[in-house]
Amino acid sequence: MTITTDRQAVKRRAPEPTRGVPMRVRRRLKGLLMATGAWVGSLLLFLPIAYMVLKSVQTEQDAAAAAPKLVFTPTMENYSQAFDAGFWPYAINSLVVVLVSTLLVVVLAVPAAYALSIRPVEKSQDVLFFFISTKMMPVAAAIIPVYVVATQLGALNTLGILIVMHLGMNLPLGIWMMRSFMQEIPREILEAASVDGAGRWRAAVSIILPLIRPGLASTALLCAVFSWNEYFFAVNLTNSTSTLPLFMQKFLSFGELYTAHVAAVATLVSIPVIIAGWMAQKSLVRGLLFGAVK
Amino acid sequence: MRTRGPLLPALLFTIALTQFPFILTLIYSVQNWNLLSGKPQTFTGLDNFASTLTDEVFWKSIGNTAIMTGVSTVACIAVGLGLALLLNTSFRGRGLARTLAITPFFVMPVAVTLFWRSAMFDPGFGLLGWAAKSLGLPAVSWLSEYPMAALIILLTWRFAPFALLILIAGLQSAPDEQLEAARVDGAGPIRMFVSIMLPHLRPYLELTALLLAMNLIQTFGEIALLTAGGPAYATTNITYYIYLEGFNSFDLGKASAFGVVALALTIAMVLPALRLLSGIFQKEGRR
Repeated sequence: MTITTDRQAVKRRAPEPTRGVPMRVRRRLKGLLMATGAWVGSLLLFLPIAYMVLKSVQTEQDAAAAAPKLVFTPTMENYSQAFDAGFWPYAINSLVVVLVSTLLVVVLAVPAAYALSIRPVEKSQDVLFFFISTKMMPVAAAIIPVYVVATQLGALNTLGILIVMHLGMNLPLGIWMMRSFMQEIPREILEAASVDGAGRWRAAVSIILPLIRPGLASTALLCAVFSWNEYFFAVNLTNSTSTLPLFMQKFLSFGELYTAHVAAVATLVSIPVIIAGWMAQKSLVRGLLFGAVK
Repeated sequence: MRTRGPLLPALLFTIALTQFPFILTLIYSVQNWNLLSGKPQTFTGLDNFASTLTDEVFWKSIGNTAIMTGVSTVACIAVGLGLALLLNTSFRGRGLARTLAITPFFVMPVAVTLFWRSAMFDPGFGLLGWAAKSLGLPAVSWLSEYPMAALIILLTWRFAPFALLILIAGLQSAPDEQLEAARVDGAGPIRMFVSIMLPHLRPYLELTALLLAMNLIQTFGEIALLTAGGPAYATTNITYYIYLEGFNSFDLGKASAFGVVALALTIAMVLPALRLLSGIFQKEGRR
C-alpha cells in the first residue's frame, strides 16, 4: 500500500517536458519509429525466404536476370521438374525417419525427464549435465567409428541408422525441454494427488500428462524440425536410401546452379518445417528457458 | 529411495551412442588405417598424432572454427538483441513480424544454403551484387574473395532468429516496476538499459551464447554446400576437415586422430561452459 502511494507521489513530481512538442505526440512518434524499425528488421530477415519463393515460380531466364524481376509470368515448371527428379522416395524416407525418431525421443525423454524433475533420482543435476554435455561433443569425432560399426552391421545406407543417430541427436534436447515443462507443475498439485491416494502411475497419466501436453507438442515439433533438416549423418551414412537434404545435394549442387530449380525444391522442402516451427514457437522458448532462467 | 527405472533407457542409450564411439575413435587413432591403401590396419603408436600436430591445415581448421563460431555468435546476439528491443514494443502486427523474423531458423539449412549460393552471393545475378551495384558500389564475388565473411553472414542470418526468440522472452520478463521507478526518477533509456535491463538479461544472454556456440561449432552443411571448405581451406572447420580426411581421403586412422585432438580441445572449452550453465542453474535454486 505504502509503496503505491509513494509511487504516485513521485509520479506527480515527475518533470513535464518543456519543449514545444507535447509528451503524447513524442511518445507516439517514438512508438511509430520503433514499430517501423521492428518491421524493417523482421522483413530483412524474411527477405531471402520471400525471394526464394518468388524465384521458384520464375523461369530460369527470369531468375538469372541481373536485376530482380518483379513482373513476370509465373510458372510451376520448376516444381513439376522437382517431382520428376525423384522427390517422393526421398520425401517418404524423410517422413519415416522424422516420425519414428521423434516418437522414440518422446518415449524415452518423458520418463527420463520425470526421473529428473518430479521424482528426482540422486545426483539428477549431474545426469542432466551429462545429457547436455553430449550435445557439446564434436559429432565429427564420433562419425568414423559409427561409420565403421554401421558397415559391419550392414546398417549403412538404411533408414535405421539415421533413426538411431537422430534419436541420439535429439534426445538430450527432448529431456532438457520436457524437464523444464515438468518443473513448472506446481508441487501442490502432485502432493494433493498423492494425498488423494492416486498411485504414482495414475498420477503420471491422469495429472502430469495433460499438464505437459502443450510442452510435449512443441518439443516433438522442434525435434521433428531438426530431424527433417539433418544433413551430416545423411551424407556420411547413407547414399541412395536417404532423406531430402541429400536429394537437394544430389540433384542440385553439381555443376552449374539453376537458381529457379533450387528455389523450387528449397521452398518445397522448407514448407513443412516452417509450419512446424511457427506452431512450436510459443512454448519452445519456455521449454528452452525455464529449466535454467525464470 | 527414488527409482531410477524411468531414467535408464534414455541414459543407457545415450551412453552407448555417445561414449562408445569415442573409445573406438581412440583405438583407431593409433592405427595405420587407410581404406585406399588396401593394406590391413596396423598399430602405429602416435604416428597419426605426430602428423596431426604438424598438419598446417589442421591448425588452420581450428582457427577457422574459432573465428566462425566466435564472430557468428556475437553477431547473432547483436542482431537478435537489437531486433528483440524493437519487437518488445506494442504495435499492430507485432506477432506477424516476430513470426516472419524467426522463420530463417526453421528452414532446411541445405536448401537455403544452395539458394544463397546462387541467388544471393553470385556477383552476376545475386541479390547482394545487385544491391551493391544499385548503391554504386562494386559487386563483390563473395564466395571467392570473402568466403569466411559470406559464411558468417549466412550463419548469422540462420541463427540470429534463435537469439531473438530467447532474448524477447528475456525482455518480456523484465522487472517492470523497477523500470517504471527508474523512469520516474528521471533515468534515461540508456542508463535504464545498462543498469537494470542488462543485469536482468545476463542469464538469458549467457544461455543464448552457449546454445549458439554449441550449434555453430559443429557447422557442416553450410560449409559443404556454400564453399566446400575453400578456397584453399579458407572456410574448413574441424568438422569439415575430419570429414575430408575420413570420407574423401579415406584415412580413417588420421581422421580419428583429428577427432581425438578436436575432442580434447572441445572438452577444454566445454568445461567452463558447463560451469557457466551450472551457475545459471544454481541461481534458479536460490530464487
